[in-house]
Amino acid sequence: MILVIAEQRDGQLNKASWEVVTAAQRLSARIGGAPVKVAVLGAAVTAAAGEMAGAAVAEVLAVEHPALEPYTADGFVGALEPLVASQAPDYVIVAHTYQARDFVPKLAARIDAALITDVVGLAEAEGRPAFTRLVFQGKLAADVLPEGKPPCLVTCQAGAFPADAAARGAAPAPVTTVAATLDPASIRQKPEAPFREARQAVDLSQAARIVAVGRGIREQDKLPMAEELAKLLGAELAASRPICDAGWLPPERQVGSSGQTVAPKLYLALGVSGAIQHAVGMKASKTIVAINKDAEAPIFEVADYGIVGDLFEVVPALIKELQKS
Amino acid sequence: MKIAVCLKQVPSRDWQPRVNEARTWVRDAEATFEMNEPDAYALEEGLRLKERHGGEVVVCSAGPARVSQVVREALARGADRAIHVESDALAAADGAAVAGALADAMGGEAFDLVLTGLQSDDQGLAQVGVALAERLGMPHATIIMEVKVEDGALRVKRELEGGWFQWVAMPLPAVLTIQSGINQLRYATLKGIMAAKKKEIRKVEAAACASRQRIVNLYAPQKTKQTTMIGGSAAEAAAELVKRLRDEARAID
Ligand SMILES: Cc1cc2nc3c(=O)[nH]c(=O)nc-3n(C[C@H](O)[C@H](O)[C@H](O)COP(=O)(O)OP(=O)(O)OC[C@H]3O[C@@H](n4cnc5c(N)ncnc54)[C@H](O)[C@@H]3O)c2cc1C
Repeated sequence: MILVIAEQRDGQLNKASWEVVTAAQRLSARIGGAPVKVAVLGAAVTAAAGEMAGAAVAEVLAVEHPALEPYTADGFVGALEPLVASQAPDYVIVAHTYQARDFVPKLAARIDAALITDVVGLAEAEGRPAFTRLVFQGKLAADVLPEGKPPCLVTCQAGAFPADAAARGAAPAPVTTVAATLDPASIRQKPEAPFREARQAVDLSQAARIVAVGRGIREQDKLPMAEELAKLLGAELAASRPICDAGWLPPERQVGSSGQTVAPKLYLALGVSGAIQHAVGMKASKTIVAINKDAEAPIFEVADYGIVGDLFEVVPALIKELQKS
Repeated sequence: MKIAVCLKQVPSRDWQPRVNEARTWVRDAEATFEMNEPDAYALEEGLRLKERHGGEVVVCSAGPARVSQVVREALARGADRAIHVESDALAAADGAAVAGALADAMGGEAFDLVLTGLQSDDQGLAQVGVALAERLGMPHATIIMEVKVEDGALRVKRELEGGWFQWVAMPLPAVLTIQSGINQLRYATLKGIMAAKKKEIRKVEAAACASRQRIVNLYAPQKTKQTTMIGGSAAEAAAELVKRLRDEARAID
C-alpha cells in the first residue's frame, strides 16, 4: 500500500497534494497496482478529505484531532506514528513543502525508516523502484534506492509530477474518519499566526521585463552595470537569494520560492545558476535569457536563449548594442 | 548558554562535479571544499547568541579527516572548541547516518541549543537537523530567520513559502535549522586564526553508520528544453541576442 499525506491549511488543500497523488499512482503502476490511500490531517478535515476522494484511490483517511491545528511537527509526528504503524504502508509520499521539511525527517527518525527527499522522478534499479533526485546544486541527478525495512518515506519536489495527471475515480473513494491518538501535552512548539512583512515597495510581478543578477556578479560594485542594462531594456532589477542575503539588494527584489513569483515578457538572468528554488519563481516568464559561464548550469534548462560566456564581457557588449538604437 | 553548531564540509560551489567509475558518487579526491553555506549562517547565529547571552559555542562536524579544514575555520571565526566525528563513510552518508553519528557524539554534552544549516549544498537531503532533534529528544523548528532567547525559552521566526513567516515558541533545549541570510557573516581575523590553533578538537570515532539509502546511478540531468544557444564573440552574441529578442521573441522594442 502507498500512503499519501496531503497538506491543507484552513481547509484549503495545497495543490501539491494532487501532485503527490500522481506520483503515488505512477509508483503503484510499477509495483503491481498496490492500493493508494490518502491521509488528510487537521482538526476538522472532512471537506478537504472529500475533495481528495475525487482521486482514483482506495480510501481517504480524515485524521482528526483538535491539537493538529495549528500545524506543529510534534503534533503531526505524534499522530502519524500510530497511523503508519496500523496502516503498514510500503511507501509514504508527501510533497516537499516547508511543512514536510519540518516533520517528515522527524517521522523517519522516529520509526527508523528510509527517507528520500525532494524527488523529481521515478526510475528503476535492481528490479525495484528507484527515486530520482538532483544533487550538487542541480548539476547531477541521482537514482536512489531505499535500504532496510519498509516503509520508505518519499517527498516530491513541487511541479515534478503534474497535478492534472492524477487519475480521478469513477465514483468518490470512501472517506474514513480516524480520531488521532495524540497527547496535546507532548506538543512543545507553540506557533503564532503566519504573517507577511510590511508591504513591499516593489511589485516585481507587475514588471514587463526583469534583469536578474545572481552570485556570478561577484561584487556589489558590479551592480551598476546590471542596472544600466536594466534601464536600457526598460526592466526592473531582481536577484537570486544570495544577493539579497548579502544585503546588496533589498529582499523585495528576490525572485524564487521564498521571494516573489514573476512572469514578465522578458527575464534575463545574469550569473544565476537556476536552482529549483529560483526557477519556480521565474520559469513562467514568456522569454527567458540566461548568460552564464557554465554551459552545464541548470538555468539553461529553463532558458529560451542562452549565451555561455563571461557576463563581464557579454553585458557591456549588450549595453553597447542597445545604445546603438 | 551551551550552543552546538553542526557544520558540514561540502565541495566548493565552483567545482564541476565529475562522476566516479561506479557512478555512485563524485570524484571528490579532485574537489576543493568549503563550509556548507547555511551552516556558516548557523555558526554566525551561534556566535551572536553567545555574545548576547554568554556561554560557549561548540562546533560539531561528521566526516573524513579533511573536514578539519572547516572546523579550523569555524574556530578561527570564534567558536570555542570542536567535536569531530571522524569516518570516511560519512562523506557520502545520508541524513539518518549523519544524524546518528552526531547524536552519539553530542549526547553527553547537554547542549542548551543546537543549530544546523537547513540543508547541504551537496546532497541537499534537508534531514540532519530534524532527525538530530528526534535523536536528542529535543523540540525543533526549521528554516529559521530570527532567534530570540527570553527567560530560558526560545522564540524563533520560521520562514514559510512565498514571503510568509511565523513566530514559534518552544522550551530549551532545542534544535533549529538555520536559513541563509538570517544574519551577515563575519570573517576570521588574523588574531582569530592564531587563537584557533590552540583550541581543542575532540575526535570521536563514528560507530558503524548505516545509511538508509544508496545512490545507484549518478549522471548529468537530461535536458528537456530546446534552448537556442547563441555563440560567437561577446559582441557577436550580444548583437544576435538583441536581434532575436526584437524580431523573434518580440520581448523588446
Ligand atoms: C528553503 C530554500 C529557499 C530558497 N529560496 C530561494 C529563493 O526564493 N530565490 C533564490 O534565488 N534562491 C533561493 N534559495 C537558494 C537556492 O537554492 C540557490 O542557492 C540560489 O538560488 C543560488 O543563487 P545563484 O544562482 O545566484 O548562485 P550560484 O548557485 O552560486 O550560481 C552562480 C552562477 O553564476 C555563474 N557565474 C559565475 N561567474 C560568472 C561570470 N563571470 N559570468 C557568467 N556567469 C558566471 C556560475 O556559473 C553559476 O552558475 C533557497 C534555498 C532554500 C533551501
